[in-house]
Order: sequence, then structure tokens, then C-alpha cells
Amino acid sequence: MSDSLTRRSAFEGLHPIQVEGAVTVAAMPYATRFSFRGDPKAASACSKGFGVMLPNALLKAETDNGRTAISLGPDEWLLIAPDGEVEALEASIEKALAKQHHSLVDISHRNTAFTVSGPKAETLLASGCFLDLHLSAFPVGMATRTIYSKADIVLWRTAADTFHVELWRSFVPFVWGLLEEASSEL
Amino acid sequence: MLLIPCPHCGNRPELEFRYAGEAHIARPADPSTTSDQEWAEYLYFRSNPKGLHIERWRHVSGCARFFNCVRDTVSDKILKTYPAGQPKPDLAELVKEAGQ
Amino acid sequence: MSLTLRAKRSGRVDRTKPLSFTFDGKTYRGFEGDTLASALLANGVHLMGRSFKYHRPRGVITAGSDEPNALVSVGSGARHTPNLRAPQVELYDGLVAKSQNAWPSLSFDVGAINNFLSPLFVAGFYYKTFMWPNVAWKKLYEPIIRRAAGLGTASSEPDPDHYSTRFAHCDVLVVGSGPAGLSAALSAARTGARVILCDEQAEFGGSLLSELHATVDGKPAAQWVEEAVAELKALAGTVTLLPRTQAFGYFAQNFLGLVERVTDHLATPDPKLPRDRLWQVRAKEVVIAAGAHERPMVFPDNDRPGIMLADAARTYANRYGVRPGGRAVVATAHDSAYQAALDLKAAGVSIELIADLRKEANGPLPMAARAAGIRVETGMAITGSTGRLRVNAALVSKLGTDGEEAIPCDLILMCGGWTPSVHLFSQSRGKLVFDDARQVFIPGESAQAERSAGACKGSETLAQAFEDGFAAGLDAAAKAGCAQGKATQVKLAGVLDAHGGFLGAVPHPHDAGRVKAFVDYQNDVTAKDIKLATREGMRSIEHVKRYTTTGMATDQGKLSNMNALAIAAEALGKPIPAVGLTTFRQPYTPISFGAMANHSRGDLFDPVRKTATHAWAEAQGAVFEDVGLWKRAWYFPHAGEDMHAAVLRECKTVRDSAGVFDASTLGKIEVVGPDAAEFMNILYTNPWSKLEVGRCRYGLMLNEAGFVMDDGVVGRIAEDRFHVTTTTGGAPRVLNHMEDYLQTEFPNLKVALTSTTEQYSVVAVQGPNARKIIAPLIDGIDISNEAMPHMSVRLGKICGVPTRLFRMSFTGELGFEVNVPADYGQAIWEAIWAEAQKYEACAYGTETMHVLRAEKGYIIVGQETDGTVTPNDLGLDWAIGKAKPDFVGKRSLTRPDLVKADRKQLVGLLTVEPQTVLEEGAQITLIGNPPAGTSALGHVTSSYQSAVLGRSFALAIVSAGRARMGETLYVPMPDGPIAVTVTDPVFYDKEGAKLHV
Repeated sequence: MSDSLTRRSAFEGLHPIQVEGAVTVAAMPYATRFSFRGDPKAASACSKGFGVMLPNALLKAETDNGRTAISLGPDEWLLIAPDGEVEALEASIEKALAKQHHSLVDISHRNTAFTVSGPKAETLLASGCFLDLHLSAFPVGMATRTIYSKADIVLWRTAADTFHVELWRSFVPFVWGLLEEASSEL
Repeated sequence: MLLIPCPHCGNRPELEFRYAGEAHIARPADPSTTSDQEWAEYLYFRSNPKGLHIERWRHVSGCARFFNCVRDTVSDKILKTYPAGQPKPDLAELVKEAGQ
Repeated sequence: MSLTLRAKRSGRVDRTKPLSFTFDGKTYRGFEGDTLASALLANGVHLMGRSFKYHRPRGVITAGSDEPNALVSVGSGARHTPNLRAPQVELYDGLVAKSQNAWPSLSFDVGAINNFLSPLFVAGFYYKTFMWPNVAWKKLYEPIIRRAAGLGTASSEPDPDHYSTRFAHCDVLVVGSGPAGLSAALSAARTGARVILCDEQAEFGGSLLSELHATVDGKPAAQWVEEAVAELKALAGTVTLLPRTQAFGYFAQNFLGLVERVTDHLATPDPKLPRDRLWQVRAKEVVIAAGAHERPMVFPDNDRPGIMLADAARTYANRYGVRPGGRAVVATAHDSAYQAALDLKAAGVSIELIADLRKEANGPLPMAARAAGIRVETGMAITGSTGRLRVNAALVSKLGTDGEEAIPCDLILMCGGWTPSVHLFSQSRGKLVFDDARQVFIPGESAQAERSAGACKGSETLAQAFEDGFAAGLDAAAKAGCAQGKATQVKLAGVLDAHGGFLGAVPHPHDAGRVKAFVDYQNDVTAKDIKLATREGMRSIEHVKRYTTTGMATDQGKLSNMNALAIAAEALGKPIPAVGLTTFRQPYTPISFGAMANHSRGDLFDPVRKTATHAWAEAQGAVFEDVGLWKRAWYFPHAGEDMHAAVLRECKTVRDSAGVFDASTLGKIEVVGPDAAEFMNILYTNPWSKLEVGRCRYGLMLNEAGFVMDDGVVGRIAEDRFHVTTTTGGAPRVLNHMEDYLQTEFPNLKVALTSTTEQYSVVAVQGPNARKIIAPLIDGIDISNEAMPHMSVRLGKICGVPTRLFRMSFTGELGFEVNVPADYGQAIWEAIWAEAQKYEACAYGTETMHVLRAEKGYIIVGQETDGTVTPNDLGLDWAIGKAKPDFVGKRSLTRPDLVKADRKQLVGLLTVEPQTVLEEGAQITLIGNPPAGTSALGHVTSSYQSAVLGRSFALAIVSAGRARMGETLYVPMPDGPIAVTVTDPVFYDKEGAKLHV
């Protein structure tokens, strides 16, 4: 649709963060993202349109076929799908919801994401995240909005040694800068 | 840094929350029928107790929900948290439970 | 320099690894494993500092972090660090240390004159002397005190090191790694618990590292320590070992602050390592095993170099292999000093006498000392010392007699007993209780999930410390929800138990008014000072502390508190608990500011938020201003332009042709749901139900008290969807306010709120040519005046990218705001810029935006408002939906105070002299030179030079301002009052014709 225009990632110009054998911080590719709001009934209807069951339990992520639904609050889900599906998903979700009250808002450009992976991923995130990230306290599949230093993030553990970090685009340089400095001692 | 038990998310550090004043001060259903004095009391008068205080917090950097919290303003101990909209708990009962 | 004062045994110091260091410019040698204090003692150097007030020569008296005297500066240049405790400074090759508080030199210090003027420097000296006249404070007293006060000086260069922080969680945090701490860590770790063990020293083991004879389970104590640490190290998955780590603060809900000194002990640290690392630990359970502090004895001249605590001397001998002197006199009231005497004797120190204050001393240790042939006298007090830069004799006196015996010596070892280190327990808000029998404060009722173990709990024997530790570790792990562990016991041998203790000032035959018996070494507080404070009316120890400064220095009274308390209690004739105990505050020992700030410096201090066009603006030479966390382009100067010239040009260009402006930072909230309009009706003063889809309205938001809290343009995207904009700084506050009403007062409304601030990049194109500029780029929207009138919104595409196109104006000119997905922000900006250049339009910044809107009398929330301004005050009654039964703030608008005739109202001001630009914030008065105390009528809120008006103009809020049109008022300034005429606040295009073209 906009082949002639340059899309600029919020990560443009940032140095990669990699500490051999310890941790890698890597920007995620573009994605389609929605904030979905509604009651459990609406959520279950949305699941049909989205293709992934929106988790009922709080602080959980469900992933299927490249699509993820994260429950952030009792009536709030973050939906993530591959890039370029805004229109298609909007159509299918709105159709599935019919006349049920809900709110679907495109936040594909508001949010952006990176992963922190490696044996020292927990340690690196502990430089600014005060949640207990031990596997017993923050298992794979858990996700929540929280804080890294002075920035709001959504933290989702996708594997024992991998976290997906979702944040608003203008906070990227700050968070990245901190991770870069904090990684130097690992 | 206090740990605050969000009724939805469980124990979370204070930094994720925002304080929102005393709880159970309902907005009059029809403000236009209140007297100046009644309205002033709704706006500005708060109990400010030494001891148990029921207050509102918002888990703004978490589930984003407002909820109510019974906190002892002397010890900073939190006796109970519950979602907004639920009735005021029996404080005497809470103190008894906490003592056990 | 020969190392003649090394004992035969090398202790834990590695004599195969010599190190070279300097102290006050002189080069010395030490060994790996030494501290600065042990190495200096080994070189025969006791004199390590001068005291704070009297500049008396002082030697090291402890072997730990509680050292009050031997405070030194280490390093040079930007890495110069003052006030480090010599017994804690680990030696490395090339270390450079300096003494403090002495000029020109440590052995000849001019400030020592204070010692002879000491009658002037009595307790409460500052309060009594520097009372008046006021001017003397600034000119005379303060500069002198500032120069004389303090010890070391901090470097004024930027700190070249970096610092880090880490949040940590554990089942059991153990503070201290002596016998109690190590056994607690072991027993907790063996249950599988997540354990953090920290110790302020470089090596784990605490007092066990100074044990020569004790065996634990048949092994030498040091070997037992080694094996215990190895066992903990093997559990690296669950156990975190933190040596050189001070637990400095115990906060609410088992949140503790620890500072790990990562590189200070290294000669050439890896630059990647932080100097200090702040650990912020949330522990389910805590074991405090902080040990005890040996107490000095308060006797006249108890501060000469060569006088030290008995067990500290034992540590120097046993652990560091140092002979701190040749001939020692031991003054004690506790059996533990006998062990020190025995060990020092074994190290080659001649023990001339043990003078025990107690009437009897028949415990196993005194018996052992006598058996070793040491002269032991009981009922004998130490009553003074002689010598100048080093002690040369001890004066002792049989109790109840006046006779005094001088015993030549170069070392006096003293032990008044042991004070449990209850600092962390007390910080946790636990209640201390006074143990009358042993005359110590010990932990009582806990306030948090912690327990104390070992000497800090008041346990006196090594066996008890082990027993406490193992039990505490098990208890903590169980309470943290870990598996039940097995009880452990150790077999001890070669240990003799020690008891005793004495509090207060040692009796002596001298004139009490003429001698100095120091209680607090660092602050130079004597027994006499404390008695004086009580005579002058100080009743509580908190008063005494502030009046005398006892317990206030870097050691926070670790050595002095109990003696000070006992002296005060005796003087007041009260029992010790009745006089109270001062509050134990964080930090336990000084910690660096760097550790507290850690990563939060420079660009990482706060998030710096930049819009998608930031790089473009930067390349154009824009000057930025901070708005909240955002960087916004302030103005775009051309070559040779100052801000004034640039802004005038930008203003003129916008009004003549057009300007392009980045409005992305404005808050955006998507309000969605069948009840969206009803929700908007409640949150904003305006009526929303009849706003057509595709139209916009200026929205005004009040707080419940009726005062303006935010404003912005709101577009109706669909029947059930509004695109709300807020001020840049107000975005989070407005969303929170909306959520508050939605969640708690109107939870039945079917509507949801989502922040879209960062979803969209917003390019504002303003000016007569605005339509022509965007027209070639827009797809699928008829942007003609007829099809898309002022205050409307359309969905379509720009350059193929989806857009929400608003027609609106904050300049008074024809205007559009192009909202596009943020990643395309710069590309769209560049496309628009290419078109704009065809019309010689400009890029403009926030300053021009401010001027243009002010010319139109448009307010800025936070500039024209200050939280006490109503819609009526601003002339915004037109924005209130009169027919609406209710909205937030409506009821307040009829409160008596909000309808007063003399309320401050928004007006325009024109200076009588047209080129004078008023100062924003300046006060406005009725007459030019009002007498002092006159209330202002109001103040200037915005003031600029206007290109289009060719003169200055201002906005202001003035009492009953709308009734003052044409009146002359005054703005009093230092150079004289400025006359102004009150006008309508709209200065440009009053009819608004230019908005509708």
C-alpha cells in the first residue's frame, strides 16, 4: 500500500546488544497489534475472529499459529499478529463480535517489541524490573504489564530463557540504553 | 517499597500503583440537589485517620484497575484489598483476623 | 621499609605477594590480604587521622566498618574518595591513601590549637556561640565552620566510574557471615531455599577468621569456613554469595538495600564492571547475623594512637599476622580481652598488665591468662595515658584509691564489653528490649519476617552463635515455604567462653573538668560534654545526641551509643531504658551516591521521548525544549537568526503562507463503545450527543471542583468512537481521570478507553496555503471548504498511508492535522515538507505555536490556568453544555466562591509603550508604585512580540478583568512600573473569518 514510503522502526539507529554466552537483546519485526476490551463473553467471541483463545485467567499469554493474546487486566487483552493484518483482523473480529459491546483499537505503531534471551536474560531484566523473574515465580507463558526502570512495559516469558518485551515506541531509546549499560557487566 | 496485593494481580511493588485518595466517598447521584455545604464536604472533607484507612489505589502499571485497600496508616500494613464497587468491609472483623 | 612488626604466623595474608602503597606520600609495603589499616600497623604506623573538632592525633582503634578514627581518602583526581575506613580498605598494588583533617601534616597539625581552646568548644557550642548578629552567619561563622567542618573533601570532577543496580528476590536473606550467619545460610540452603548471603567484608567467616585455637567438628575454624563456603558455592543455582556487600537498610515488607563494592579493591578493574552495585532485595525471610561491636572504655586521654580495642588487636595479630605493638597494657571489664592478651602474647607482644575493672575475674579466660604468667589485677581502673603521637604509658589506679601507677607501653588494649549490633533489627521497626542482667539492648518483638542470630541477638558464646544460626536458617526456610530441614549441630573445641561488660565512664582521680575522656571519637564528644548536656536540661538521649552531636558521624554511634546513654542515665539518675535509645537510621555505613543513582544519570536519568520527526528537525538545526518527558522542536533558526528573529519569521510565514508543525506529542485517547457519547457528556463540559460523525469540537475538561484541568479537540470517528486529544503534559493524568470515573462512578457505561498517543504521528499544516500543500498527497477525501468545513475529521489516505485527517486550527489560520501511523511519521512529514516548500512555507516549533494561539486568545492549560481557574474566568462559558443535567465539575460552578464578581478573568494587555514585552508571571496592580503588602489584581500569563500586530501583546488574568476594558493598570518591575491597557484577549481576526476559507 505504501511501497514508496519508508517505514521507520523505533529501533532505527540503535546498536545491537549481545554479550556472548550471556544475553542477546533483539528488536522484533513489525507486527499487527490491537488493544481489545470487553467482558469474558466478548472475549470468547473475539477468540473466534482472532483465531486464538483469549485467556480468561489474568497475566497469561496464549499463542497459536503466530498469533498471541495476552490478558493484561480483567477486561483487557493485547492481541499480536503478523504485520499487515490490521484490516483483515479488524474485519473478522468485528464480524465475530456482531453487536456485543467491545472496543478494538489498532496499536500496531504505538507498541513495539524486542526479545531478551540467553542464560542471563533474567539477570539483565532485573537491572530495572522489580518483579521476581525466577521460573517458579514467572513461568513460561506468563505476561503482565509492569515497569522497567521508569518505563511501562509488557513482559511476556516465551521460553525459560527468553522474554518478549512490549513497550511504547518513544520509550525504546531509554530502555535500550539502560539494557545496553546494564549488559556491560554480564 | 511496599508490596500491595492487587485484587487481580496479587502482590506487586508500590511503584506500579498510583494512590487515589479515600475510598467509599460516593459521588452524589444528582449533584444538583446537594447544598453548597454537602457538596463542599464531598469535595474536600476526608477522614485522615491515624490507624485503619480505606483508600483507593490504581494498579496503573499492571492491570490498570482501581481497587480499594484497607491500610493501617501507622504501621503501613495492608489488611485487605478488594475490587472497586464492593461494599466496605467490617474493620473490626479485619482487625480480629489480622490478630490471629 | 622493613616489615618488622609482622608476627611469625602470617594469618590470612599472603606473604608471597607483596604490594606497594603510599600513605601521605610515603611508600610502604604490605601483602595481598591486608587492609590499609593492617598494612600500616605492620609498618608501625598507628597515627592515621586527626579528630574532627580538636584535631587530636588518632590511631586506628577497630578492625572493621565501625572505625571512628582512621578515616582516609583513597585515590586521586576524579576517583578521590574521602572518609573511607582504613580497616575496610583492601590493599592493592599502587594504592594511594591520604589522611584527612590535618594541615600541613598529620604529625604537625595547625588545627590542633582547637585542643587548647577546647573550653570554648563545649557541648552546644554551635547553639551558644553563633546566635547573632544575623549578618555574621553569612559573612563570618558559616564560611569558617564550613572550612573547619567535615573530614575529607569530595572530588569536584564528574565521577568517571559507573554504578549498577539489580533487583533480587529470595526465600532467605542472611546478613553477616560469621558463625551464626554461615550456619544459617547453610541450613537454609540445604532445604533448597533461594538464599542470599552477604557480608561487608572481603572474606566470609567473620570472627571465625580470627580464631586460632577453636576447632569446629574437629577442623580448624578457618577450614570449616572454607568448606561451608564451598558447599554454598556449589549451590550456585539457588545461593547467591555477596562478599564486600553492606546491608545498609531494612525497609518495609522485608525490602533491604545492599551495596556491593565491586571494584574498589582492584588495582586495575575491568572497565566493564560497575564500581558499586546496589542490590534491592525482597526477601521472604531474613536472618540478621550482624555480630556485636566491642565497646571502648571511657577514660581520660583514651584516644592516643596506640590505644585500640582488644579484640581488634587480636584480629590484626591472628588474621593479618601483625604485631600492633611491642608492650601492651590491657584494660578491660570483659573476659574476651584475656583471649586477646593470650593471642597477642603468642604473637610476640609483651603483656605488661591486664587491669580488670571488675572486682573479680575468675572465668576460664582470666584463669588461663594467669596461668600463662600474665600480671592480672582486678578492681583496677585505667585512668589515663601519656604520649603524644603514640601512647607511651598507661595510668592505672586501684579502685577506691588515689594512687596512680604509670606503666610504660606502646599499646593499650581496651574492652568495655560488647554491644549487639541491633541496627538492622531496629530499622525493621522491631522493638528493642533492655537486658538488665547483661546491660545490653537486644531484639525483642519482631515487626517483620526476620530473626536475629548470634552476637547481634545478645548470644555470648561461639556455641550459642552456631546453635542460633542453624536454627534461624531452618526456621527462615520453613517460614518461606521451603522444605523442612534437618537440625544440625557442630562440635566445638578450643574455645573458652567470655562474659562481662561495663557501661559508662571509668572512675578516675583527676579533675573531671580538665580531662578529656572520649565517648564519641569521631565527633570528639567527651563524658564531660554529655554530663553538661544533662545539666543544661537535655532529658532524652535524642536531645543529648543533638546537643552534643554524639553518635552522629559516619560510624553512627556504633561504639559510643551505649556509653553515652549510660553516662546520661547516671547523670539524670534514671535507669537506662528510661533515657531511651536514639533511632537507628539507614544507611548502616556510608554508601556512595553513585550506588544510589546507579544507572540514572545523563541520558538514562529519565526517559527522553522523541517524536518520529525528531531526526529531521535535528538535521534542520531545530532547537528543542523539554515538555514533560518529550523533546519538542522549539524553533528552527536560519543562519544568523536568534530565537527572537526566528520566531517572528516563523509567525509571519504561517500567517502569510503556511507552516508545518509536529503535534505528535499531544495525548490521544480512543473512546469506544455504545455509551461513548454519554461518557464524553460526563467527562467534558461540552455536549456531545449531537456531534455528527466526521465533526470535531473543542472539549473542555474540569475536575470535580470546577477548575479547568485539560482541553483538546475531539473528533467523532463513528457513532461509537471518539478520537480525543489532550495536552502533551496532561495525557496520563487525563486518561487516569477518565478511567477513575468510568471504573468507579459510572461502571455501567459501555465504553472503553485506549491511549493512542503513540499510535499516530501528527503533522499540523497551518496557514492560508495549507490546503494547497496537502491536496496533492491526499487520497479519498474531498478537502474543499464545502466538503470538509472547519472542525471536521475524515478517514482516508495520504501518500497511500491510512490517515485520520482533522481540519482544525490552533493558529487562527486554515489548518489541517494529519494523523498517520507513527512509523510513517517522518516519511509523511518529508512528503508534506516537499509540497510546503513550493509555497515558501516554514517548519515551526512550539514557540511560534504559542505566539500564534495567543494572538487568537486561545488558552494553554497550565499557562493561562493554574488549577484555580474556571471556564467562566476564561470566557469559555460557550463551551458548556447548559442543557446537560450533570458533568464532572458542573455542581461546583455554582459554589459561592466560583461566582464571585471579583474573580480573576482572562483579558488581553497592551503595553502603553508598544515594544515593551512584559515578563510572564509579573504581577498586575492598580497603581504604579503600590505600597508593600498590596495584593496583586492578577498576573501576566503569556507575553510575546507579535509579527502580525507589529508590537508586543500579552494575556493575563485580572480580578474582574472583563469589567476593566480600556483601563490602565500597572506591572511593577525593578526598573519601574510598566503601564498597560486592558483589552479583549483576542488580538487577531476576531470574527474568525480566516478559519473558514
